[in-house]
Amino acid sequence: MEKPLEFCRGGGCTAKLGPAALKTVLQKIEKSNDPNLLIGYEGSDDAAVYRLRDDLAIVQTLDFFPPMVDDPFTFGQIAAANALSDIYAMGADFKTALNIVCFPENMSLNVLGSILLGGSDKVKEAGGVLAGGHSIADQDVKYGLSVTGTIHPDKIIANNGCRKGDALILTKPLGVGIVCAASRVKASSDEAMAKAIKSMTTLNKYASEIARKYRTHACTDVTGFGFIVHLCEMLNDRFSAVIFKDRIPFIPESEGYANEFYLTAAGQRNRNFAENRVLFADCPFAMQEILFDPQTSGGLLISLDPRDADAALRELKTLGLPCGIVGEVTDKLDKSIIIE
Amino acid sequence: MKKIDARGKQCPLPVIETKKALEQSAPGETVEVIVDNDIAVQNLSKFAVQKKMSFKSQKNSEGEFVVWITSGTAADTAAKESVDYCIPDSRRQGTVIVLSSDAMGNGDETLGKLLMKGFIYAVTKQDTLPETVIMYNGGAKLSCEGSESAGDLKNLEAQGVTVLTCGTCLNHYGLTEKLAAGSVTNMYDIAERLSRASLIIRP
Repeated sequence: MEKPLEFCRGGGCTAKLGPAALKTVLQKIEKSNDPNLLIGYEGSDDAAVYRLRDDLAIVQTLDFFPPMVDDPFTFGQIAAANALSDIYAMGADFKTALNIVCFPENMSLNVLGSILLGGSDKVKEAGGVLAGGHSIADQDVKYGLSVTGTIHPDKIIANNGCRKGDALILTKPLGVGIVCAASRVKASSDEAMAKAIKSMTTLNKYASEIARKYRTHACTDVTGFGFIVHLCEMLNDRFSAVIFKDRIPFIPESEGYANEFYLTAAGQRNRNFAENRVLFADCPFAMQEILFDPQTSGGLLISLDPRDADAALRELKTLGLPCGIVGEVTDKLDKSIIIE
Repeated sequence: MKKIDARGKQCPLPVIETKKALEQSAPGETVEVIVDNDIAVQNLSKFAVQKKMSFKSQKNSEGEFVVWITSGTAADTAAKESVDYCIPDSRRQGTVIVLSSDAMGNGDETLGKLLMKGFIYAVTKQDTLPETVIMYNGGAKLSCEGSESAGDLKNLEAQGVTVLTCGTCLNHYGLTEKLAAGSVTNMYDIAERLSRASLIIRP
């Protein structure tokens, strides 16, 4: 009996390797001593930055994954928005992109065409150039982009530059992974999925441009490792953060879905990795799961001067997605993150 | 007893299928689920703890784990404790026991072996079990045929503890075919488990 072709089998950033596995392997790889490599992978930062001149550096990143939605065009849009996101998390400007495609030989080429059109749609919106790509015959569909941008070396926003007293802003709602998991077993409402898709297809370009106008000290995009692990990376064992659970933006339906256990393996891996560093003071199970939920093309987590937080949030709200000032950076405490 | 084979199925499917089976079960009825990875076991455990159902798991081999969840048994103490501590697993997460020799302590070799045997037996009687027992170098002999601790290690495994022996070590001592308890692992897995551990016990 031939297995039916399945386009979507629970992909997106839920398909990433777990943070613990990755850390073990990366620790063994020799680091480069080139002084022009301003940011490599040692700080678990979003993208690599290499200085070409005193006033110019290139920013490189790539990301690809299996589909998390059934519509190929939408998947292409999401994969592209997600791959571009690392560029925006660093505060860089997007220049060129190359497609990376894995595609089964026996699947309709129309599907591939739609994926690439979706990707190109987002690249165009982002104002860059799609310059080529590579494709590999594979059992499952995977798609993404290798992306190059530019930045002034003094203007790099690292993912771990936060300071004591900073306000933390999250620019997109959490719960995308849970909604997609529910959708895979046909248990999500159309409204919930529409909210997740709107969030996943929104470029972080606009939020990044707003962040750059203010005294932003650190920025990262929340993806497969979920809010908690990405925040741990930002705090970098030097600081702790107090998070106000009532101010976390999330897709409302994801709360009910979490209580129905539409939960991913990646969410559990995130929990295993970081649970010891978090104090959940009176935080219900569903909200814990939302905070560990792997996000595909998630929002930016911005650490900025608290005096700028209200003004920045007002501007971010005009982008039309749920967002909020979710917490503040404190001195290093016993736990890295305290959820209140 | 209802049985579900959820091997080869990605989360959340194992939990969702188990949930449906339990909803159609009489109170007190047990559902048996076979899955192929530890994360799925943890997600099932998380589900059982939240629903206050009793949970038991056993690792049969590297790719086969069996989980038993009983519907409507609200009074399981292990589950209750886990809720209080917010640790969604009845095995205490994060505790790893490392056995790097078949003897305990330095001094007399015969005494050391006797102590190690006593230690492993004592572990099986603890209220809180470790999440994992890892054996390497001389410790690899403990989980093999002829070891007086093999039975105790099997006992731990039956209670849901992950029992692992270093494959390179078994090979070195010519014990590859003699493993009697738990399963074989590699250095990546050992490194990941140790770096993830919140407490490492080395007797």
